[in-house]
Amino acid sequence: MNAQTPTKTSRLRGDRVTLAHGGGGKAMRDLIEEVFTDVFDPPGDEDQARLMTQALQDPGAQLAFTTDSFVVTPPVFPGGDIGKIAVCGTVNDLAVGGAIPLWLSAAFIIEEGCEIALLRQIVQSMDTEARKAGVRIVTGDTKVVERGSADQVFVTTSGVGVIPPDRDLRAANIRPGDVAIVNGVLGDHGATILAARGDMALSTDLISDCNSLNGLMETVIAAAPGLRAARDATRGGVASCLNEMADAAGVGIEIDETTLSLRHEVKGMCEVLGLDPLYLANEGTLVLFVPQEEADQTLAAMRQHSMGKDAVVIGKVLDGPAGRVTMRTLFGGTRLVDMLVGEQLPRIC
Amino acid sequence: MRYVEEFRDPMAAKAVLAAIETVIDQIGATRDKPVHIMEVCGGHTHAIFRYGLDKLTPPGIEFIHGPGCPVCVLPMSRIDECVQIAERPEVIFTTFGDAMRVPGTRKSLMQAKADGADIRMVYSPLDAMELARRNPDREVVFFGLGFETTTPSTALSIQQAAREKLNNFSVFCNHITVPPPIKALLDDPHMVLDGFVGPGHVSMVIGVHPYDFIAEDYGKPIVVAGFEPLDLLQSVLMVLRQIQDGRAEVENQYARVVPDAGNPISMAAIEDVYEARPTFEWRGLGEIDASGLRIRQAYQAYDAEEKFGVGYGAGPRLVKEPEGCACGQVMTGRIKPFQCEQYGKGCTPEMPLGALMVSSEGACAAYYQYGATEAAE
Amino acid sequence: MCLGIPGQIIEITDATRLMAMADVSGVRREVSVACVAPANLQNLIGEWALIHVGFAMSVIDADEAEKTLEALRGLGEAQETLEAMAQGDAALEGRA
Repeated sequence: MNAQTPTKTSRLRGDRVTLAHGGGGKAMRDLIEEVFTDVFDPPGDEDQARLMTQALQDPGAQLAFTTDSFVVTPPVFPGGDIGKIAVCGTVNDLAVGGAIPLWLSAAFIIEEGCEIALLRQIVQSMDTEARKAGVRIVTGDTKVVERGSADQVFVTTSGVGVIPPDRDLRAANIRPGDVAIVNGVLGDHGATILAARGDMALSTDLISDCNSLNGLMETVIAAAPGLRAARDATRGGVASCLNEMADAAGVGIEIDETTLSLRHEVKGMCEVLGLDPLYLANEGTLVLFVPQEEADQTLAAMRQHSMGKDAVVIGKVLDGPAGRVTMRTLFGGTRLVDMLVGEQLPRIC
Repeated sequence: MRYVEEFRDPMAAKAVLAAIETVIDQIGATRDKPVHIMEVCGGHTHAIFRYGLDKLTPPGIEFIHGPGCPVCVLPMSRIDECVQIAERPEVIFTTFGDAMRVPGTRKSLMQAKADGADIRMVYSPLDAMELARRNPDREVVFFGLGFETTTPSTALSIQQAAREKLNNFSVFCNHITVPPPIKALLDDPHMVLDGFVGPGHVSMVIGVHPYDFIAEDYGKPIVVAGFEPLDLLQSVLMVLRQIQDGRAEVENQYARVVPDAGNPISMAAIEDVYEARPTFEWRGLGEIDASGLRIRQAYQAYDAEEKFGVGYGAGPRLVKEPEGCACGQVMTGRIKPFQCEQYGKGCTPEMPLGALMVSSEGACAAYYQYGATEAAE
Repeated sequence: MCLGIPGQIIEITDATRLMAMADVSGVRREVSVACVAPANLQNLIGEWALIHVGFAMSVIDADEAEKTLEALRGLGEAQETLEAMAQGDAALEGRA
């Protein structure tokens, strides 16, 4: 038995990824092993992960499968990085359907010249977040493209989970009389990224709200047997999410501006740039619909959870018009909250 | 947020609204015989719809949306010229976000960017100058857009560029001034206007006296207003009280920001760098004398029109509006957005025909975004 | 171009070029104070100004702000008085 564990020396040459690292030869193998598989430790050595779970065998259980690509710039920002979002985003897309997330794949498109240290950081974030969320990254891929063909690194994660037989969460379940709940403040991620991009030369202490919400979802499901549907509000903000759900359910939704809460820096950011916080991106914001009579117990349960401390009812579901989202303003007036058109551009005017 | 939230207090709003209702009753204004109040500035139009003030104020007030949206009044030919400059490989074209989606005859700046032009959104002309410092081998052009609120910022930037000899920086000047189009509207026999809510931020630069002619020569009240909902409501109340009293005065509701005399440093910078063009084309209003600014000869090294041979007078003027586009009529308050045939059909924010639907302060965009698709109840 | 927001000047960053750091509700941005520069730039620190496209355009007058708010509050009180009077009238009518 060795008294010491030999330290592994890096076989990688240089600080940056070159086209050789995508060539399929030794350099690629070394990159994959050192940077990716040594950390992720996927099961087996084959081109595919071979997996089984008892839960799939339960009659009425469903396989849930989702995929998402992540191209955020800058790749590292306060509160996270592209790797963290890549795990959270896919875990959340499974969890909001009532699935228990199990396995993720991770594919990387790497720009020639990307710093290897950046890749290591991203992989570490993914590993940390995956463990936190209770999922395993079991298979993946890397490609290297010429300088200029990608922005440092793009990540695609696909995720698989199991929806237990008793669960059927879907937007179409939402009906008039239901209430809409969010788990906390809005817009942290979008505002953080805007500041981090630097092109407006604005600085704040904000951090992204990027987080895995499967734990919170399980809490909600346990507390609210009548839970209709849930989504995580990402690009396009809470407004876009509500519009999609209203459309799918053929109902109207009215939210109350006085219930929406923002960190004061997010408010400041919106005021300076003339942005509407309803459309700011989130990465850890849950929007869910429950029957009115279950609202109190849902909130009580959410507020016990670290990611639901500021959970609040933000609105109610109306008969119609179908697909229309409106908001009672601070002033008691009403305004439409339409789907976002294009990208929200900072106003000056 | 200091100096903002106090002016958004819903309780205070109720009181002002009640006072407004009282005066409206007393002067006998109704939906069929309303008081016509023009809010000149696009920022005010936006605020009215964001806070639902059009629905909260009584039907006896009709808001006529004025031409104070500098993106909206921009003739399509100017966008074409922007695209022309931006398509040059050596140019980094910088602009405020507002202008990105305005359609030109060929394309918008957003489309030109997708086609490969180096077009970048900036928050400030200072950022454009920084880009010029960091990219000495490129020509950085800043799209100088806006009324007198923004004109000092580009004037000061040009002065700074001259001091530093930042010769790869230039401004494509499209600054316009507020008083001339107001006069043009007042001279229009078809316009029915009883009073004005005046542009608060333009006034922090030029002061309140440039509006004296509105009260003295045309006998209409004007109240210079701030941008928070309480500012707007209080200003509307002040206009109504003037009408009730038979007064026509220039009043300053936004005194916390607007000195009556304006800002001498800003005005001096504008005077130093810019001069009035003899005429300038306004979408929907045609050519108006002495309403547009150009860079003086002393600073021609920083004038993109000189550098790139484009600009007012250099190309064909008065590009025809696209078929069915009624921006001109909406912008001068002759019709409401939803009365335009194309509104919501051939003209939407995704596929705009004209600037009013694309600029965040255009009346059509405000109506569309906040849902004022039919006349207020 | 109307979008302006009150911000507080918290630091002078470049006295020669008249640049300062402004804070709007925790969002910080370097702005030019050329339009509002007093003889001693340090006197700007702590003042609130209207910030527009990276320029402090006007120092906010706290007294005027208070006057405006007072006028608004006055309306509120007048309104309450009117409502109290109306309630009084209604009560009287009820009794009559």
